[in-house]
Amino acid sequence: MSLRNPLATARGLGSAKDGTGTFLAERLSALALVPLTLWFLWSALGHFGGGYADTRSFLAQPMNASLAAAFVLLLYYHAALGLQVVIEDYVHVRWLEITALIAVKLLFSFAALVCLLAVIRITLGG
Amino acid sequence: MSETRSSARRPLSPFMIGPYYKPQLTSMLSITHRIMGVALAVGSFLLAWWFYAVAAGPESYATFLSCADTLVGRVVLAGFIFGTIYHTLNGIRHLLWDIGWGFEIKQVYASGYVMVTLAVLGTLAAWYCAFFRGGA
Repeated sequence: MSLRNPLATARGLGSAKDGTGTFLAERLSALALVPLTLWFLWSALGHFGGGYADTRSFLAQPMNASLAAAFVLLLYYHAALGLQVVIEDYVHVRWLEITALIAVKLLFSFAALVCLLAVIRITLGG
Repeated sequence: MSETRSSARRPLSPFMIGPYYKPQLTSMLSITHRIMGVALAVGSFLLAWWFYAVAAGPESYATFLSCADTLVGRVVLAGFIFGTIYHTLNGIRHLLWDIGWGFEIKQVYASGYVMVTLAVLGTLAAWYCAFFRGGA
């Protein structure tokens, strides 16, 4: 039986009892992004300077399209999680914090969607 | 009773940047990691624009390139390259710390210097590829 007053938890004297999942999600997306980022940087320096047709045909190859899709999805997921931590750390005006957190979720979800649909369109040839 | 305890102002440790601590490699690399992370997150919308432009067709792509191929565009791209390499390499340090590796103060400094060296060399190599060898 806990001796902790429930109000104490609510008032910030105890942990929220969750958050490990978010912590792990940030680390796991980071882990996957290490090779994906190096792949994208390598591709960008090697293939994306050669004009439109070259760039598009490179991205259209099935494995490159899959890697690009994984890259953008994890990138925006990781960016949103990271910004969430920064906002929670530094924005101390409550309404501003909530607004920023919601804006980040919506904007980065949309950016991920834009990139994913672009990759699908490129690889399926629309 | 808990009312007074919960509303008591608890002491906080001072922020790492300010009059309380002198600048150290550890704290500087840490805050740079954050700053680069935020900058990359904001800049990632340009990446979305690039993907969109490739999907939308040659004219959209030409519009993107005409914006990227300006002084501002080149500076942004150069910053993007550095931020990506720095945040990725320093992120590897953070991941290793998360599994408990290299957390002694000497190891933290050693990995810090190795990371900075690799980040600078990697960035210079990538800048060379992007700007002088006819890349990006």
